Parts: sequence; C-alpha cells; structure tokens
Amino acid sequence: MKKYISRKIFMYLLTFFVAISINWLIPRMMPGDPILNLISKLSRQATNNARLYAELNQKFGMDKPLFSQYLLYLKNLTQGDLGQSIIFYPKTVAAIVSKALPYSLTLTIPAILLSFLVGNYLGALAARKKMLDNTVLPFWYVLTATPYLWLSMLLAWLLGSKLNLFPISGAYSFSRLPSATLSFVLDYLHHWVLPFASIFFVQLGGWAIGMRNLIIYELDADYSKYLRALGAPDKLVRRYAYRNARLPQITGLAVQLGVVVVGAITTEVVFGYPGIGLILAQAILGQDYFVVQGAFLMVVLCVLGANFFIDIAYIFIDPRVRHSMIGD
Amino acid sequence: MSVEVENLKFYYRTRKGSVKALDDVSFSIADGEILGIAGESGCGKSTLSNGLIHVCPPMELAGGSVRLDGKNLPLDKPDEMNTYRFRNLSIIPQYALNAMNPTVKIGRYVQDLMQSRGIDYSAIEKLFADRLRFVRLPEGIQKRYPIELSGGMKQRVVMVISTLLNPSLLLCDEITSALDVSTQKVVSALVAAFRDEKIVKSVSFVTHDVPVLYQIADRILIMYAGQVAEAGPTEEIIHAAKHPYTQALVAAMPEMASTYRQKKHASIPGKPPALLDPPEGCRFKERCPYRMPCCDERPQKRLVGNGHEVYCWKEDL
Repeated sequence: MKKYISRKIFMYLLTFFVAISINWLIPRMMPGDPILNLISKLSRQATNNARLYAELNQKFGMDKPLFSQYLLYLKNLTQGDLGQSIIFYPKTVAAIVSKALPYSLTLTIPAILLSFLVGNYLGALAARKKMLDNTVLPFWYVLTATPYLWLSMLLAWLLGSKLNLFPISGAYSFSRLPSATLSFVLDYLHHWVLPFASIFFVQLGGWAIGMRNLIIYELDADYSKYLRALGAPDKLVRRYAYRNARLPQITGLAVQLGVVVVGAITTEVVFGYPGIGLILAQAILGQDYFVVQGAFLMVVLCVLGANFFIDIAYIFIDPRVRHSMIGD
Repeated sequence: MSVEVENLKFYYRTRKGSVKALDDVSFSIADGEILGIAGESGCGKSTLSNGLIHVCPPMELAGGSVRLDGKNLPLDKPDEMNTYRFRNLSIIPQYALNAMNPTVKIGRYVQDLMQSRGIDYSAIEKLFADRLRFVRLPEGIQKRYPIELSGGMKQRVVMVISTLLNPSLLLCDEITSALDVSTQKVVSALVAAFRDEKIVKSVSFVTHDVPVLYQIADRILIMYAGQVAEAGPTEEIIHAAKHPYTQALVAAMPEMASTYRQKKHASIPGKPPALLDPPEGCRFKERCPYRMPCCDERPQKRLVGNGHEVYCWKEDL
C-alpha cells in the first residue's frame, strides 16, 4: 500500500514538472510580441516607443535568454509568484486567477456532478426499459454531440433574449458589487442558471449513453447469466450490473473534474461569465504569457489532483485494482 | 425416474426462420444416476442444459415437456421457473470461471443470492462452510474476492453454490472443457461425490469429452444434429456402440501412445446438416456408410438391450 502510493506520488510529481514546463513553453511559441501588443493599446503615438518597449521588456523579464526565463519561471513558481499580467497590467496573475476561480468552480462542479448523477440514473433506467431506450437514446446522442458554444447561444437566445427569463451576461447584475447578502446570492443564481444548464445538458447525454452501454454489457456478462440461472430476481441482477458499470464512469468523472476550471471556456465566453475560461480566452488573444501560464497551472493542478484522488479511491472501490496493484 | 424429458424441442428464432437446435428429444434420468450427454459442437447439448434452466430469447420452447420429481416444469414461463431454479434444478455453467461477480466477496454473494430468493442466510451459513470444506477449499474463502482464487478454486466455489440447496437435478454444462487434465479429474470426481453424498439426486453431464464420461457416467446419451442417436449404459456405448454415428465418434477418439503419423484418427466425412432447414428422416444419413432408402424417414426408437436405445434403420444392429 505504502509502496503503491509513494510510487504514484512520484509519478504525479514528475508529470507535474513536465506539464508546467510545457505550460511555460507553449505560449512563447505563439507568433507575435505581447509587449508590442500592449504598447499599441497603451498609446497611439509613435514617439518614445523604443524606450517604452525596452523598459517593459525588461520589466517582464523578456530581455533575458529563453533558458534563463525558464529558470526564473521555475524559481518564482516555487515561491508562489505567478508574475504580473501583461494585458491587465499591473494586476498580478495570482490575483486575477484567484478572483476568477470561484466563479468557474461554482459553475462547473455542480454541473458536472449533477449531470453525472442524473445521467447515470437515466442511463441505467433506459438500459432496462426497451421503450424508453428507443425513444430517448437519439435525444442523448444529439445532446452529447452538441457543442457547448451552440447550446449556450441557443439558451441565451431562447430563454434570455426571447422569453426574457434569465440574464445572458455576467455572473451578477452590473449595478451590484459582490456581497454576502441574500439578494446578491439570488441575483448570482439567476445569472448562474443558463451557463449551468448549457454545461449540464451537454454532459448529461454523454453520461447517460455511457451508463446505458455499460449496463447492457454487464447484464450480458457471465456473472449476470449465472445469477439468472440461479433464479435471482432481476432486481439483484441489475444491482450487481450497476455496481460494476459505475466503475468506468467514475474514471470518466475524474477526467471531467480535472478539466473543471476550463471545461466551460466557450460557455463562459458566450455568457461573459468571469471565470478562468473567459480569462484564459482573453489572455490567449492578448498573448499574455503569464496569465495563460497561471490559468493552465490551475488546469494542471486540477487534472492531476482529480486523477490522483481517483487512483487512490479505486483501491477502495474496485477490489480488482486493489488486488493487481497492491497484491493484498 | 426423477427426470423425464419427452419430445422436447428448443428452437432459436432467427430472421431466416427457426433453427431447430434441439428437435424432439426424449430421455430420462433415474434417481442417483449420472447421465452423460455427448456429441460434437452444435449437436444441441448445451442448448439442452441452457433451455432446461432458462428459456430466453432468441431461444423458445417449441414443444415437449419435462417432469422433475413428478411435477411438470413450466419451461415456457420464466417467472414461474424461478421457484424451481436453484432449489429443484441447478446448473454448473460452461463459464464457471467467470460466473462470480468480480467485485463482490464470495460470502456476500451467497448472502445476497439467498436474501433475494427469500432464504434465511444464517440458516445456511454453516452448510455453506461445510460444503466449502467438502470440496477442499481453504477456510475463510467467504471473505475473498473471486479474482483472488485460481481457476480450479473458482470452479469449486461455483459447484458448491450451485448445489447448495440440494437440487434434484444438476446440469453440468461442459464443466471440464476450460480446465487442465488434473483439475478435470478433480471436478468430475466431485460431481460423482455430490451424487454419492446425495447432495444432488440426478446429474446431466454434458460434454464433448467422451473419456471423461467413461469415468463418471452411468449411462451415456449420444446426440447428433439436435436429436438423440443412441442412449445406453456407459460400457455398452463405449465398447458395443450400435448407431453408426456413435461407432464413428468412439473410433475418432485419440489413443494414448500413438502419434498422428503412426495412425491417422478416423474421421467422419462430410459435416452436420444445417439446423435451420434439416433434411427429412435420419439426420446422419448424408454421412452414414450404411445409408438405405428408408433413411429418408425418421428412424424410430429401437431397444437393443437393457435400457439401450438406438435411433437407426439398420437391421443388424
């Protein structure tokens, strides 16, 4: 057990190191120069630009050779310093990310968990009712193939613009400031419904299809046949099938929870929802290396964290893994 | 007679029509008897075991009846059959090595199974432990997962579970085919021991492995293309077979101490008929060296000895 976990931790640390290195490298391979970008936004005059450029270049450490920049990045990271944003200068990346993070998490975690629970339930239900299966399966296929972007726009158009039921932009009304009052929470929830629904429904189809297929496979497995041969009622056969079918689904959940912080990137863009996804989209367009790094760092942490959690959880929920990994 | 099968027909419904996998088969098994059922792949022997325990689509009951301890089994009513399954007739399936749920401990499995059948587990817990000991499984196996056991152990666990309620009829479906020779011997000896200890009354032992039958069967039934070819006491079937197919089958058995080069195994020319649309009359006629015009009619049962029946037109059997 100890050996297994320490081996896992080592592998995850190694993966983390490789991931943050790629994080650093990828933005710098984009064409263009972020400082020039910034200057063109700051001033429309052509004067003194060379001096301003040199100053800013030095300020962001981009005058150094590439490898020194990398070492500096690693050094700063160990001190928790993610640098300063270029496009939102002089805000720090840490401040930007930590302000956006709660919006993303409160949007995507409920959407993913609820769609997981409801989808699995509906999938299991469909697997045993032929009629239901035939009618809802095509619907699920459409849902899972739907781009978040398209469903978001559809919901915004129908429930937002046409029926005027929900606001279509932001996480709260423009006239408000975030506070811990009931009226703010209600306003926040009102804004939350449409982005939540667009993620929830797209994910729902995938979970339901997955569960349905898994259950049908398990119901046809030898152990299910044997139970029926021994006269066990369908209830027990189904219970056993569900028990085994949910295991691969849990792996899928880990993957989904991993990308939770940027999972809703297009949804956040459509609804102007101030989460990590929106920040990331803006940072990429503005070539803001440091914000891109910060946002991706969150992704890396979430993916690795969720997978590590599931790796450990599997020891407890699947005896086959326990047996083959640890041998006790 | 504890088991009487009369004119039993199990067909598989397909788009092209009914595949007559088991077509008008009659036999009986006496109390305390092990009936070996042998034949080549596709002769209907597994269909017989599966159909007796659970008729489910695409398989359907096309006729006939089965009496177990004097009671007609409601084969066409799967829900009513549930009361008989496990309690009165039980099966050791072909897939015994995968028959247990991999994520449920063996003790828990039996507990769930008993509860679902409305049987008090605490009343059967001690019997279960005794039976596990009877098949020489180590103590504490109830607390282990199936994946932690070897193939032979899994097989024995399934044998114990299947026979836990002392069924009258135990169906063994190719239970030795996935095992190595030494485990085969243990398993077939256990089936005989279950019978000797009166844990089960009668056994139907389906296999394609005739030498295994020779060791444990009291009587042997030879099937061909969904019908009975011959049935009789083991010694007579092995050493004095009457039906041309049985003779060919016995002659085709590999011998010890003879290599393929020294002596080519006898084989039967041709192949079994398609059961979607089987030929009229004797189903072996196309491959039979003794074919006569009357073979186009279905041969009737002929008694050629004590309990020895042959379905063949040949005069000098």
